[in-house]
Amino acid sequence: MVTKLDKAEVVTVGVGWAGGIIAAELAKAGVQVVGLERGGHRDTQDFQMVHDEYRYAVRYELMQDLSKETITFRNRPNEDALPMRQFGAFLIGSGVGGAGVHWNGHTWRFLPYDFEIKSMTDETYGPNKLADGHTLQDWGITYDELEPYYDKFEKTAGISGEENPMGAPRKNPYPTPPMKSTPILDRFKDASNNLGLHPFMLPSGNLSENYENPDGQFIAQCQYCGFCEKFGCEYGAKSTPNVTVIPTAQETGNFELRTHANVTEILHDDNRATGVRYVDLQTGEEFEQPADIVVLTSYVLNNTKLLLHSGLGRPYNPETGDGVIGKNYCYQIIAGATGFFNEKFNTYMGAGSLGATVDDYNGDNFDHSELDFIHGGSISTKQYGRRPIQNNTVPGGTPSWGKEFKAQSIKYQNRWLSVDSQGASMPHRNNYLSLDPTYKDSFGNPLLRLTYDFTEQDNRLFKYISDRSAEILDEMGAEIVEPREMTDHFDIEPAQNDHITGGVIIGGDPETSAVNNYLQMWDVDNVFVIGASNFAHNGGYNPTGTVGAFAYRAAEGILKFRENNGQLVKGKNKNRMA
Amino acid sequence: MADEKEQSKMSRRRFMRNSGYVAGGAIGGGILGSLLGTNLLDTNQETAQETNDYNRALMFFTRQKDFDILSAATERIFPEDENGPGAIALGVPYFIDHQLAGSYGNNEKEYMQGPFSPGTDYQGYQSPLKRNELFLVGIQALEDESMNNYNTTFTELEGEQQDELLQAFQNNGVGIKGATSATFFETMRSATLEGAYSDPLYGGNANMDGWRMKEFPGSQMSFIDELDSEDFIEMEPNALRSHISH
Repeated sequence: MVTKLDKAEVVTVGVGWAGGIIAAELAKAGVQVVGLERGGHRDTQDFQMVHDEYRYAVRYELMQDLSKETITFRNRPNEDALPMRQFGAFLIGSGVGGAGVHWNGHTWRFLPYDFEIKSMTDETYGPNKLADGHTLQDWGITYDELEPYYDKFEKTAGISGEENPMGAPRKNPYPTPPMKSTPILDRFKDASNNLGLHPFMLPSGNLSENYENPDGQFIAQCQYCGFCEKFGCEYGAKSTPNVTVIPTAQETGNFELRTHANVTEILHDDNRATGVRYVDLQTGEEFEQPADIVVLTSYVLNNTKLLLHSGLGRPYNPETGDGVIGKNYCYQIIAGATGFFNEKFNTYMGAGSLGATVDDYNGDNFDHSELDFIHGGSISTKQYGRRPIQNNTVPGGTPSWGKEFKAQSIKYQNRWLSVDSQGASMPHRNNYLSLDPTYKDSFGNPLLRLTYDFTEQDNRLFKYISDRSAEILDEMGAEIVEPREMTDHFDIEPAQNDHITGGVIIGGDPETSAVNNYLQMWDVDNVFVIGASNFAHNGGYNPTGTVGAFAYRAAEGILKFRENNGQLVKGKNKNRMA
Repeated sequence: MADEKEQSKMSRRRFMRNSGYVAGGAIGGGILGSLLGTNLLDTNQETAQETNDYNRALMFFTRQKDFDILSAATERIFPEDENGPGAIALGVPYFIDHQLAGSYGNNEKEYMQGPFSPGTDYQGYQSPLKRNELFLVGIQALEDESMNNYNTTFTELEGEQQDELLQAFQNNGVGIKGATSATFFETMRSATLEGAYSDPLYGGNANMDGWRMKEFPGSQMSFIDELDSEDFIEMEPNALRSHISH
């Protein structure tokens, strides 16, 4: 028995940064919005017991319950995919605020090069710079067009930062000054300066000072307690949807947030969505929520899965290159190096975004003429607050257990530093998302299947950026410097990086992209899809700043669509892939 | 390093008083106020230790012998040495027993539906065994290998002999039912470190000695005033027990 509810004007699937921004912007404009969130309620008071590495970082307190839903994985299209039974390579958030609760707060603007990567690469290096099989394409929007939306997100979130000499040009300064520096960061900055690079403080969603955002929401000053990534903030000092856009939406009286509401399908007649079906996870009851406009604002994986499972948009076919839903799944290439020092640092103090960065090896900020790869990555040292369970870094050749391991892991606990990168990841035709033919979720629907492996481009970028990172550590005075080594294939088990992207990509051409530059589906006018799922490749930075900018852009698009209906952008058909 | 010495002598109470955390007005309000309202500033350390002793009993293992084998293996993974206590003195075997009885041991938040297949080296954990079953199978295999190779029970082997067997498990050199020996070993290794270094509320890290060895101060509310110190600051650790009102 499905209970049919009264129609809502707009329904969002997921209430994290993207869903919260849509809710706030539309509700402020007088639009009635229903937010469906499959996890539970959370606010600052839920984090009084949060300084618990085991519960939050090791047992994944804030993450999705994989017994109900996970993905399957294989490296190559000719392998059998198997379920990701436990968390490993990347984490999937759940609950009100989504990954915006447990993120670290690194808030970047992608480079102008990222948005026009295909045109600019071809123009500078010719059309054959990347090997065959890479499905590189422009994003159908320029950095200059997106700049005001980045600005809006940064002001909502109160981002603390300073000018990045090699970064995307800014019209306004950051709303709050950079975080405090530390001896570790000073060492990185001095070493980078000595090498002729251009260091600056990492733009941070842990705020350097108390801040009231343009919507009147208060974000507190960060206390550098060292429990940030994978944790919630007990001070309300991390910028999250829960302390910003969600209360903004709720204060209007136009936003209804329903928790434990797990959307299983987007309902549609032909090419128009009519609403969503969801299950209340606490009672098992099924509901149909009719809506004029459906906005998918969940994680990369679920945005893609819902479209494929509901039969919306054209599924991507890796053999022909046709179709778009599931296409251009990318990751982050986490090149870097580890330095072991004789002296001790106060590594246990820190914050999620406490770091210093150089952008000299990001995007096309350096000449690739003599190099056999494109792009690069931001290179940073970060001081998150080092905790003891998950940090047992020892010099190469040390056994992983026993007397020597114990002695070395204790000796080096406060004596190693990392310099590492959010390396860019280029799309390849064999890296994609589709539905699994065998494994099901707890509702009996197919799991999403990930097919992904590293490419030669990834390997070369990794090696180059790791060597640059090692040079910085050497200059910082490390006794032993070990550049990271890439695994032969992507491995789903060891923890790596949560920045997965693609599947519902933005572009200027309806043939090769899923959404236009208002994040409106080309094939279904009243469905908007927002998230890192929109990235046509992954840039050399953390994704959230760009997701936030896209959400503000989409909110504007939805308000336009309410008045004009139909497609907001005229599709081009010039960059169709061969 | 006068600063380091002075800091290490500083009591936690004094640290709290000296830190920016107490200047609550600068932080602004609600949560901080409510945290300060609890007796965050009381340590209750002695009481905690006494209470923990009752906690040192078995929730999962039904045979003491299995528990003793587990204890011996964890002590080889994380032995007592000049840095301080090993796994047994830290309470790691009890930590693991208690974890195996609950959500962790029963893989409650993990996908355990079939069909099962070993997969490639890059597809992660694929065993149909729940973790508590994996430990029982692995511990039995350790004992069987011990009897086969040395005709002696695992707990009575010399340390080096125990290491040889554990190394064989880590190298995937032993066949066990439903999983690989490396999976068992790596799971036990991780659980040992988790028991050594998690908050003492879970039954390991006795007296916060795991944290002391790593000079990790546990749960502290703020480092905003210490952040720019050039010298290493050693401070008395603090556990989550202090976050709750009694």
